[in-house]
Amino acid sequence: MMTASLLSVRDLRVDINRGRRRAPVVDGVSFDINEGETFAIVGESGCGKSMTALALMRLVPAAARLVSGSVHLAGRDLLELTEGGMREVRGRELAMIFQEPNTSLNPVLTVARQIGEVLERQGGLRGNDARARTLALLDAVGIADAQRRLDEYPFQLSGGMKQRVMIAMALAGDPKMLIADEPTTALDVTIQAQILDLLRVLQRERRMGMLLISHDLGIVAEMAQRVAVMYAGEIVEVAGVTEFFAAPCHPYAKKLFAALPDISRRGALLETIPGQVPSVGDWPAGCRFAARCPAAFGLCRERAPEVVAISATHTVRCHLYAASETQQKPGSPRCARDDEAGVFAKSAATWQSSALVDGELDRHHESKQSVLDAVDLRMHFPIRGGLLKRTVGSVRAVDGVSLTLARGRTLALVGESGCGKTTVGKALLQLVGPGSGSIRLAGRELMGLSRREMRPLRRKIQMIFQDPFASLNPRMRVGEIISEGMAALQVVASASLRDQAVHALLAQVGLPAEAALRYPHEFSGGQRQRIAIARTLAVQPDVIVCDEPTSALDVSVQAQILNLLRELQERLDLSYLFITHNFAVVEYLAHEVAVMYLGRIVEFGSVADILRDPRHPYTVALLSAVPVPDPGQRRERLLLAGETPSPAHPPAGCHFHLRCAKVMDICRRQYPESTQLSASHRVSCHLFK
Amino acid sequence: MNFLPVLLWTDLLIWLLVLLLVVAAIAARRNEPLRRGWAHVGRNRGGMAAATVLAVFFVVGLSDSVHFRSRIDGANGANGAMPANYAVEVRSLLDLSLGHLRNRPEKSYSEPLALRLYNKDLVQLPDGRQTRDYPRLRYGGSHLDEQGTERGADVAATLARALAAALLVWSACAALLTLGLSRRQGERLAASWRRIWGWECAAGESGESNFAWSAVLAALGGVLLVAAILIALSANYHAFGTDKVGQDVLYLALKSVRTALIIGLLTTLVLLPLAVTLGIMAGYFRSWVDDLVQYLYTTISSIPGVLLIAAAVLMMQVVIDSHPQWFATSAERADVRLLSLCLILGMTSWTSLCRLLRGETLKLSQLEFILAAHAFGLSHRRIIVRHILPNLMHIVLISLVMDFSQLVLAEAVLSYVGIGVDPSTISFGTMINSARMELAREPMVWWSLAAAFSFMFALVLSANLLADAVRDAFDPQIAGSS
Repeated sequence: MMTASLLSVRDLRVDINRGRRRAPVVDGVSFDINEGETFAIVGESGCGKSMTALALMRLVPAAARLVSGSVHLAGRDLLELTEGGMREVRGRELAMIFQEPNTSLNPVLTVARQIGEVLERQGGLRGNDARARTLALLDAVGIADAQRRLDEYPFQLSGGMKQRVMIAMALAGDPKMLIADEPTTALDVTIQAQILDLLRVLQRERRMGMLLISHDLGIVAEMAQRVAVMYAGEIVEVAGVTEFFAAPCHPYAKKLFAALPDISRRGALLETIPGQVPSVGDWPAGCRFAARCPAAFGLCRERAPEVVAISATHTVRCHLYAASETQQKPGSPRCARDDEAGVFAKSAATWQSSALVDGELDRHHESKQSVLDAVDLRMHFPIRGGLLKRTVGSVRAVDGVSLTLARGRTLALVGESGCGKTTVGKALLQLVGPGSGSIRLAGRELMGLSRREMRPLRRKIQMIFQDPFASLNPRMRVGEIISEGMAALQVVASASLRDQAVHALLAQVGLPAEAALRYPHEFSGGQRQRIAIARTLAVQPDVIVCDEPTSALDVSVQAQILNLLRELQERLDLSYLFITHNFAVVEYLAHEVAVMYLGRIVEFGSVADILRDPRHPYTVALLSAVPVPDPGQRRERLLLAGETPSPAHPPAGCHFHLRCAKVMDICRRQYPESTQLSASHRVSCHLFK
Repeated sequence: MNFLPVLLWTDLLIWLLVLLLVVAAIAARRNEPLRRGWAHVGRNRGGMAAATVLAVFFVVGLSDSVHFRSRIDGANGANGAMPANYAVEVRSLLDLSLGHLRNRPEKSYSEPLALRLYNKDLVQLPDGRQTRDYPRLRYGGSHLDEQGTERGADVAATLARALAAALLVWSACAALLTLGLSRRQGERLAASWRRIWGWECAAGESGESNFAWSAVLAALGGVLLVAAILIALSANYHAFGTDKVGQDVLYLALKSVRTALIIGLLTTLVLLPLAVTLGIMAGYFRSWVDDLVQYLYTTISSIPGVLLIAAAVLMMQVVIDSHPQWFATSAERADVRLLSLCLILGMTSWTSLCRLLRGETLKLSQLEFILAAHAFGLSHRRIIVRHILPNLMHIVLISLVMDFSQLVLAEAVLSYVGIGVDPSTISFGTMINSARMELAREPMVWWSLAAAFSFMFALVLSANLLADAVRDAFDPQIAGSS
């Protein structure tokens, strides 16, 4: 097997400059990839995944240096080649797809030129030959109307299409090995499903080896044959995919699984990994995970563990499994998921008979008293053009949305990017405007209030933003940030009382009191999100709009934040409007779900209604596109064709009819009225008239 | 009283600025994050060396900003009934201390350290015959014999004396500093000394103890050395030579420092409020405010700057010339022209900073922390002052220093065209302007350009270095990464 492998990496080490010293970011990484095999590397950000990929291409940034190791591709050591020799390898034998399609295409070159460049370099094709080959490539990556797309510029393409063009470019040299670095992270779920499907088909057809880098265990479960877990520059576990998902060995891998939110953990605290990935250069001696490991014992802090083979295809870097020194270990190690009960509950039942959820939902039913009502909310932004800036059209970001949020409940607003869900959140806080419709907060109408009239009501409704790096003013100390709202809304009038309140709030979100004197940049992403939550809680709101508060965070940190939000809801009887695209979070946290498509809510119901019995074809497709972190559940997906149309020119009739599999004649003419399916479940679709 | 204080407009403004700086410094001492930021600046060696050099320039410039007219009837006008008469000439503290430079005019050009003029002239020989030769200077090297054979030895001896004096003064400064530090920290002198040079770190030190005293001392050493050499040489020679009318070039260069500082500082004082208010308002409120501000700065920046300045300066000149009664002395007149130049430069050069700030504000106001501030119902004023302005300060700071150097250079260009400062005002611009002719003549006169260049270079370079240090300390992204 060793000799047959397509790519063989041994002891790869990359150093990066840290001030005056150099520290390893990738430290002794070894793995093999066979022809036609997908090998996935998972891990949190800052673990050295992307650097490993760049090192294989010998494209490490200027501050980093390939120190040692070997990379054999089809028997040739890439690290021994000259730069000229390496250029022959790149594209022809080893190609790469990057994370962000928007920045990986040159905006001033047409698609044909960009792919043609590669063709000329790799195969010496020019002129009509190159054009024909480009066309064939675009067809291969499933771009509709490829003839027309050839002469378009990247800005004329959607995100998914750009990623397809990137893949076409990577395939142009007919590589033996494809490196995909988070190829779908910047894309929506339905588009992600299309791209993953494409990659799978292409790989099967061409017998390519593929190195897939991802942080999403769901994607890994669907795509990979073998999985490596990376932590702090080292591979800590390698296993076949079924073996790995059934019985992970390394405590870090176990923790990653346990931190995933889903239905089976509803109502319980998610497992979290204390602390965060140590930054490059501060990696501890001994086992690098020891400080965060629940099973760590004396030896872990003294000596770095060796790789231990569990079976022929399963290795782990952990002292717990080492043959010697068994007498010191606390208990006997076991390769299994910590959340085994959860897995069984999930695979056996999923949503079909989840008594747990029903009970919980019922419990809440009696206390259902609405705090926030939005009726027929519309936000149309004018498009101005011409010399005099006349209004020539409008973007219907939100187009008649009605919502009800009850006290102590969580309403999840789900949908893909551009569907207007964030605008709804901002409109509820009157941060964008003017709009039309009605928003009633605790009986008071918000729409049309002036800035001054709105101020006393701002106490009741607040927002937590998506990006904790942009939502805190970098020039203000944490204490000032938290007390600002209290001062402005006169929640706590005196400065000394405010200081006390700040300390209490910091304690509430699990931060030490001295954090108040520090600046936001001294904190990690998860800690910053805690600060943002504390700032919001400071004014004691009833309703909090959470705009994807965990999408910028790693899985283990996401679990901490979700736990905190759930705990606060229970303690303070808060209502959340939870804007998200992550269905796992919805399953874990939400009571009601509203699915948005192009500015309108297409389906609304309790979480059980939507997840157990989705009716709208869009909801069905959306749910089936979500990758499930369980290789046993690889199922046929309902692939949605095409992409979300622009809200400036919504299609006539039902907005979804262009992509809908069950489209009827009436759908093209008339937007469907909302149909009440049950007391809690309504849908806007002609199928259910 | 033996003198009449004269308060020129620029003096008033520059001292106001100094007062403002002092107040700001006191405020910064009280404010913990600001103090920490400045402590960070204090730890930057390059920055502190630059600050030392800059401080010397400031001392020169400020001492040139205290003006007075001395009494001419002096001691014999003792009877109080007579109104005292004062000289028409306005002098400054700097003039007073540089008396020996100022009052020793030669006839025309002479090279640095020369004994004779640069041009041949009719010379009366001792026997009464006349011949064309390079005449001896009246003051430069007048203590030497006619042939000036021992000039080399004399210069060497002077240099050695200067070196010794510089070393002495520097040692005294270093000793005083060590003493002061050891008194404050309560430790042995040797320990303080070692710590100044970073040979030894005190346990658990922080903030002030890391202050880059070594850089300050090193820069001070350099400055003292240069100063001592210049002082020693200029006692008997013209260290930088003389210009066309025989004025000492070193004196001109020192006087130019004030003009440069005034142009650089007062112009930014005019430019700053305009650029910051308009830029932030345009970016924050958008809609018609933005349109208005954009039209304004597009219009202004599409008029050729030099023409606009020329027109304004000429109009100002007409006003000044037609109202001679407003000014008691020619110095006051020149000063008003200098001030108006600052105003005009400020009015025309705010556009680029304004555009920059507008763009940045547009970007900032989309950020989530501004949205959060709106969600808390903060007033527009508070959002601008607390959230937007502090996040623009590094841009303001950087562009200010860039502008400072550019304005000093702009002054030179404008004086070249003849619409700069008053011809009687000594400035780097007028020096460079005259150097244009001097470089074209044969043999070439290079020293006045060299003097202006090296002074300006030192001034602008140290300002830039200090600004870099300040930016490193206050830009959160940079401060966070280090």
